[in-house]
Amino acid sequence: MSVLEIHGLHVTVETEQGTKEILKGVDLVIREGEIHAIMGPNGSGKSTLAYTIAGHPKYTVTKGTITLDGEDVLAMTVDARARAGLFLAMQYPVEIPGVTNTNFLRTAKTAISGEAPAIRTWVKDIRETMTKLRMDSSFAERNVNEGFSGGEKKRNEILQLELLKPKFAVLDETDSGLDVDALKIVSEGVNRAAENTGLGVLLITHYTRILRYIKPDFVHVFVAGRVAEEGGRELADRLEEEGYDRFLTEANVG
Amino acid sequence: MTAASTSTALPTAEQHGIKEHSDGRFGFVPVQTRSARFRSTNVEDFPAVTGREAVWKHTPVDRVGSLISGELDGSAYAYDATPADGITVAWVGRDDARIGVAGAPEERASANAWSAFERALVISVTGEEAKEFTLTRSALGTGARGAHTIIEAAPFSQATVILQNSGSAQLTENIEIILGESANLTVVSVQEWNDDALHLANHFASVGRDARFKHVAVSLGGSVVRINPSTHLVGSGADTEMLGVYFADAGQHLEQQVYVFHDGPHGRSRVTYKGALQGEGARTVWIGDVLIGPDAVGTDSYEQNRNLVLTDGTRADSVPNLEIETGDILGAGHASATGRFDDEQLFYLQSRGITEDEARRLVVRGFLSEIVQQIGAPTLQERLQLAIEAELSAVPRAGE
Ligand SMILES: Nc1ncnc2c1ncn2[C@@H]1O[C@H](COP(=O)(O)OP(=O)(O)O)[C@@H](O)[C@H]1O
Ligand SMILES: [Mg+2]
Repeated sequence: MSVLEIHGLHVTVETEQGTKEILKGVDLVIREGEIHAIMGPNGSGKSTLAYTIAGHPKYTVTKGTITLDGEDVLAMTVDARARAGLFLAMQYPVEIPGVTNTNFLRTAKTAISGEAPAIRTWVKDIRETMTKLRMDSSFAERNVNEGFSGGEKKRNEILQLELLKPKFAVLDETDSGLDVDALKIVSEGVNRAAENTGLGVLLITHYTRILRYIKPDFVHVFVAGRVAEEGGRELADRLEEEGYDRFLTEANVG
Repeated sequence: MTAASTSTALPTAEQHGIKEHSDGRFGFVPVQTRSARFRSTNVEDFPAVTGREAVWKHTPVDRVGSLISGELDGSAYAYDATPADGITVAWVGRDDARIGVAGAPEERASANAWSAFERALVISVTGEEAKEFTLTRSALGTGARGAHTIIEAAPFSQATVILQNSGSAQLTENIEIILGESANLTVVSVQEWNDDALHLANHFASVGRDARFKHVAVSLGGSVVRINPSTHLVGSGADTEMLGVYFADAGQHLEQQVYVFHDGPHGRSRVTYKGALQGEGARTVWIGDVLIGPDAVGTDSYEQNRNLVLTDGTRADSVPNLEIETGDILGAGHASATGRFDDEQLFYLQSRGITEDEARRLVVRGFLSEIVQQIGAPTLQERLQLAIEAELSAVPRAGE
């Protein structure tokens, strides 16, 4: 049983005004097969948490631990984290000129499984997954995310999620900017991955609407760099009605 | 992240602003079209270079002064050649009738070479079978040299001619390329000079009726390397593919001024240059002029330049120009884009399990191999892929 554990995490970034602490003591434990929703207002540090788990060099961990099955994630390079089974679907996926999606996916798959995938099944896997995500086959030969619309980029993230089969995926506002059809398609992809591989999910979102399609086991309300409240699915319903105002007032006082 | 600009020009009569050009007799002559540029084979006809001239303004003229205005050694030099059926190589005198057939200098370094060469090297191609020929120049020495080469492809002949340049050099040269009717010729000029080499080259191609000319400029090594190929599509249905790939390291200046003159009707041209830049002071220049003359009806033309910036401290200039003097064409367009390979791209690739080294190789190899794959000389292509990888492994990584 795989487990991703975050304890007492403090993270800073360098800004023009100097060092700024963004995460102020985050505790989270995600087990294989669990879906955790992290909900919070803009600027509360959700992306910072996502990037820190993935190892983005801009973010400095000053205190706390992240472990994957007991292994120290913070000691690993970005690529080693991915090979250990972590995946980040980015809020703003990056365009890579000169590299086709096909070439990228094959290189990533080879890096993660330590050997090149068997050609026949791999090509079939890509084709089938793209079809399920309603991605035109031309996206295979296009450069990674180059000229993709916002929604196409998000689907491309989920394509990678389904093909690379990580143990844990952090989805950073994968729902933002999607119309309802695209939202359903992307949600189905996440649910497939969860069913097929026992994926653990950290679903970061600003809105509750994706939770109609992806049912979280746990909901964490994230405010001002820490978890302000935790509960089950019912907490999301309450947020949908009340918004974040209650928490923002508390945060201002604190 | 990525800055890109792409544009497609519509046919209009005059694309250039009218520039003043001093000329003794007429006071001033407006030079609108590229074909109206001043030409002379005599170096004395060109005034001293200031660095402000259109043809020099991107070039570090102080580094190539010896080639622009210095005394040049114009004697024959040693070369290596792989024997091939249907290809001969010979030195000829200045009075050879083929000299000056394909073009004449438009700037001072080119004229300096023309005035200085004692004998011209002629590579003659005959025979309809495909063949590959490599001429290697690796012992030109460190003195300033002027050279003249003629590559002549007989009607219906077919060949790939590779000019492989390495070692030391201070060379200004003119290469005339003459394609007879229906000839199919590829000329590849590979610059893998030593770090201190200076090389200014002008290639003048004249392409006959239904002939196909592929020109490839590959510049990897040298201090200042400027390859200016111009192709004159003379005959009806002439076709040219002009390709270039370059990789500039710290302090290197790699430049190419490409010119296609659609003179005859129903010609086709494709110009595609791609370059990578890495390291402090790495500098590249691409200027692409396409002129579609009044008789060039049915022309189909497209030119593009793409640059990939790998580190800070580099500069890539990219200037496409299109002049169209007939409304009756199939199409003409140009595109130019300079994109940055930055830390966010590196992070993205690494976050998918790909190591940092592999990530860089993936991006640069993918970007440049589009050109390398089109050369049509498998052994050379393989070697160039390795040479590009070697350039990459010399990358000082960000933050190290
Ligand atoms: N690289 C950075 N440089 C400077 N400030 C940053 C950086 N990343 C995040 N921040 C700041 O940290 C706070 C949290 O940002 P973020 O994690 O993106 O929040 P969220 O994803 O919840 O909207 C914001 O105030 C943001 O401006
Ligand atoms: Mg965010």
